[in-house]
Amino acid sequence: MSGGVLSQGFLPQLAFIVIVGLTFCGAIIAVFHRNILYNVLGLALALSGVAGLYVFLGSLFIGLMQLLIYVGAICIAMVFAIMLSRPVHLPKPKRKLSKVGASVFAGLLILGVNLGVIYKTAWEPAAERKIDWSVKTIGDFLLTKYVLVFEVISLVLLVAMLGAIIISRYNGRVSS
Amino acid sequence: MAGVMEHVLGNEVGRLIVGLIVVLIFSQLNALFLVWLERKVAGHIQLRIGPKEVGPFGLLQTIVDGLKLVGKELITPKRADKILFIIAPVLVFVPVLVPFIVLPFSKSLPLNDMNVGLLVIFSFSTINVLAILIGGWGSNNKYALLGAIRSVAQNIAYEIPLLLSVLSVVLMTKTLQMSKIVEAQSSYWFFLVQPIAALTYFICATAETNRAPFDIPEAESELVAGFHTEFSGMRFGLFFLAEYTNVFVVCAVATTLFLGGWTGPFGYSLGIPGIIWFLAKTYLLVFVIMWFRWTFPRLRFDQLISFSWKVLIPLALANLIITAGVIKLI
Repeated sequence: MSGGVLSQGFLPQLAFIVIVGLTFCGAIIAVFHRNILYNVLGLALALSGVAGLYVFLGSLFIGLMQLLIYVGAICIAMVFAIMLSRPVHLPKPKRKLSKVGASVFAGLLILGVNLGVIYKTAWEPAAERKIDWSVKTIGDFLLTKYVLVFEVISLVLLVAMLGAIIISRYNGRVSS
Repeated sequence: MAGVMEHVLGNEVGRLIVGLIVVLIFSQLNALFLVWLERKVAGHIQLRIGPKEVGPFGLLQTIVDGLKLVGKELITPKRADKILFIIAPVLVFVPVLVPFIVLPFSKSLPLNDMNVGLLVIFSFSTINVLAILIGGWGSNNKYALLGAIRSVAQNIAYEIPLLLSVLSVVLMTKTLQMSKIVEAQSSYWFFLVQPIAALTYFICATAETNRAPFDIPEAESELVAGFHTEFSGMRFGLFFLAEYTNVFVVCAVATTLFLGGWTGPFGYSLGIPGIIWFLAKTYLLVFVIMWFRWTFPRLRFDQLISFSWKVLIPLALANLIITAGVIKLI
């Protein structure tokens, strides 16, 4: 499943460094650039890098799905939304303290949960792949062992959709 | 020929490099040929004869045009976003080359017959849209931006029925590997059992490549040239190359999925090699797409979007469910 080039000698090292470098560059652009379109493109770069990491880890399937869904669908939807919203070159509204506080709180919460999970997990180095992570195995797991997770994720998407509808309707009422 | 290739392409890296060079040359020749073909088809449909002066049947016309494009100045508008403006043509051209890795030209010719072949094609085809967006936005031109927005709305709308129609074939063959999909059609071609999926795929493929009657992103009569209005010289040439390579790719995928790839009708290859079958079917489909362009008038934007959401998506979904049901019952 893993690309043959990635499994011999010096090349894997180089490929890994390039992929991680791309991911970090993308992430930095996504967070720090002043132009919102660049932010999204940086995000697309970072997500492509993550797709590369999946390929590097031996699952071409998940890497391609990452590319198809995150870069192909989500980033494009974001850019699309930006193009339909107010022009980028207009003066931006001032930051509200409450908004900054809320986002800092949300960020810290996510960071805390992730750190908690990371410290609670007993990490053991994976010497070799135990199971073949092919499309078939992933499909089997999604519909048997991880079916609850799979369904909960779909619920998250539903909530996101509802949120989008509410936000867009709310803005419409204010402006009219 | 296959034996010699096996010998030369012994190791994987060598195979990749040789394959890349072949693909680059092929995509250029293909685009040159398709531009010529389009002008000839357009000419004959409109009772003209098309290009005829340069070379036999005007075959060298597009080469001369290409040279002219290479010689032209690359103009970057003053207010354009410099970085995005420069990377957009490159980003639009690179992803359309990726599908050539997995396209099964004949039994021994896919460069790398991955078991997720179909997914490779569709995951990279979406990057194309991102590039169009970048180009349209980076130009800082209202026509370019409008073209880009339309292109994305259209691509989002038509990607869904496209993938759904492809899924019904995947359900039948239970694989994403291109060569296995072709082998599953050795006795009959899939468009005979999946006519709705084939039709949906072909309509969506025409829309995905921004070809008429779905060419609103570059509708000449309202948007000048759409998202590539500001691009000149070879930057414009790259958009053009990408479009024609893309047309070839979607037709090649249609050939693989519904017209039996390298196999002859009902398993009779008639002594013709697989690659000839494959290219003949692909170019036949390309011809049909060109025929569309000079036959159907352009759709209005709202008609186009509602056609996808109200007709194609329900149709493709129903087809998928019926396919799944039939497979479960058999």
